[in-house]
Amino acid sequence: MTTPILQVKGICKYFGAITALENVDLQVSAGEVLGVIGDNGAGKSTLMKTISGLNPASKGEIMFQGKPVKFNTPRDARDLGIEMVYQDLALAGNLPIAQNIYLGREPTKRFGLINRIDHKRCLEMSQEHLDNLKIHVKSAKQKVEELSGGQRQAVAIARATAFDANLVIMDEPTAALAVKEVSKVLDLIKRLKSLNVAVIIISHRMDDIFAVCDRVMALFHGRNFAEDSIKETSHDELIGWIMGTTQNKNGISQ
Amino acid sequence: MNDTSTKSPMVNISVEMRAKIGSVLDHYGILILIAIMMLALHILQPDVFFTWRNLTNVFKQTAWQATLALGMFIVIVTAGIDLSVGSILMLSLMALAITSKAGFPWIVVMVVPIIVGVICGYLNGVGITKLRMPHPFIMTLGTLYLFRGVGNLVSGGVPISGFAEEVNFLGTGRIKLDWLLGEGAREYIPVSLIFVIFLYLVVWFYLEHTQHGRWIFGIGGNPNAARAVGINVDNMLILVYTICGGLAGVAALILAGRTNSGYPNAGLQSELDAIAAVIIGGASFFGGRGTVIGVFSGVFLMGLLRNGLNLMDVSVFWQQIMIGAIIIIAVYVDVLRREISTRR
Ligand SMILES: Nc1ncnc2c1ncn2[C@@H]1O[C@H](COP(=O)(O)OP(=O)(O)OP(=O)(O)O)[C@@H](O)[C@H]1O
Ligand SMILES: [Mg+2]
Repeated sequence: MTTPILQVKGICKYFGAITALENVDLQVSAGEVLGVIGDNGAGKSTLMKTISGLNPASKGEIMFQGKPVKFNTPRDARDLGIEMVYQDLALAGNLPIAQNIYLGREPTKRFGLINRIDHKRCLEMSQEHLDNLKIHVKSAKQKVEELSGGQRQAVAIARATAFDANLVIMDEPTAALAVKEVSKVLDLIKRLKSLNVAVIIISHRMDDIFAVCDRVMALFHGRNFAEDSIKETSHDELIGWIMGTTQNKNGISQ
Repeated sequence: MNDTSTKSPMVNISVEMRAKIGSVLDHYGILILIAIMMLALHILQPDVFFTWRNLTNVFKQTAWQATLALGMFIVIVTAGIDLSVGSILMLSLMALAITSKAGFPWIVVMVVPIIVGVICGYLNGVGITKLRMPHPFIMTLGTLYLFRGVGNLVSGGVPISGFAEEVNFLGTGRIKLDWLLGEGAREYIPVSLIFVIFLYLVVWFYLEHTQHGRWIFGIGGNPNAARAVGINVDNMLILVYTICGGLAGVAALILAGRTNSGYPNAGLQSELDAIAAVIIGGASFFGGRGTVIGVFSGVFLMGLLRNGLNLMDVSVFWQQIMIGAIIIIAVYVDVLRREISTRR
């Protein structure tokens, strides 16, 4: 395998006296889909937030394309093409779909001495991107608070893929979706993979994991518990990992 | 939402009709209110109310409040509040008066209140973000006392009067209209009106057409969303409170022109008027919603009300009662509007 696009080593995260992550390692390569599983509260979201820069790690190192980097804010990570779909979606309900997709990175044009937002282009690009993802909404001008849960999920995914990402992290992207919408998300993940984008997906649905992942890793109580290629594992084994009972045959866990 | 809409009296109206009424109220609700009010005042005071002189008076009296409300609006869009604007205004005004009395050139006298306002606003912003105050209410409640205290301290708590003509220009200047209306016409446009309209246009552009503006609305809608996309929320909040303070400094400059003096009671309780105007103008107290034109209408509506009641010799006590009622009515209309336009 080539050098991983992202490699994190020895990540620790403390919230006051609570230890959410202890010495966690993770790596993912371009064009690879990594599944992350674990019980509620295992630390999956916390780990991803350290990678996206939203909640920087207390300890540990992050290497991007082999070079050490430091993500203090989501901007640092996004600048390197690391995008994330948050579990709570992190959308601004009062803004239209288009402005949510481009929030923080609005297309601008010169207007005298200042840059003004190119609202027209923002709208066109959003519409085109949504069409591309086969996401159907009445109009990209619609406010996000007027959308259904599934549509909101779709907008969050659209935001994470609107720029040429190197790595897309999805925290339970299918949790709120109906069957048809789930398969759209899974298709999208396959498409990202074919474009050589790395994907990390957190899911409690084993079907999703087996449908798209190349590799799967489990967290248990904030530590690496087990990890394997998807071909080498089984549904029952993964359940065991989540419960913290089945040890990994490769013996990664402590 | 179904159970609320069955309770509402609008239940028999079709969905399209509801959406239409909702959108009309959304865009023109407050303007309709103003039109009704002006009509009523015209009927009650046919000789006085609809005169050029009276209407320009309303504008002149409210120009400084409109400036204060504009800053408050930007803060409220971020789901914040700035209780200290009245005190910033007073401190800025006193600083202006002191520099004027000390004999500085008029240009310095005019710039000082704005600098003082900017510094005060910056302190608010830094306090709210870096001291991690649990709510802007608390920080600005503190500075409400603090800034006024400093203002009294530096001025000795006594009025200081008499400024240069240039300093007073913004508050009292007139643009004559005899070139338009013929020789000897007494109608004029107050400079303060033009200036306030200019300020409102600038802020409108800033909020609607620049990245900062959208980020401010984004923060008001969901600060976590703003953070997640890489917006530096703390810095934006500091900027917002700084702008608000700066506008309070500008308001002080306008007020200085109108009154030709700095006085310790300046701006007392004007933060509440500013909040009232913003809320009457349709902005959400929870952030992320509102328009500049709404704020202007809110200020104008309160100005009209006070003017009309004064014309009719209604006591100040009744004015207080009316303004209180208007706030509640305006917000209730807003609640109804949401109910009508919601289809879910
Ligand atoms: N901001 C925070 N402050 C304090 N503790 C936190 C914070 N965020 C997370 N935690 C704690 O860290 C642990 C891991 O939480 P995390 O959200 O990462 O779990 P998760 O694996 O994503 O679970 P789920 O499947 O329910 O989404 C939990 O014990 C949680 O209580
Ligand atoms: Mg989670």
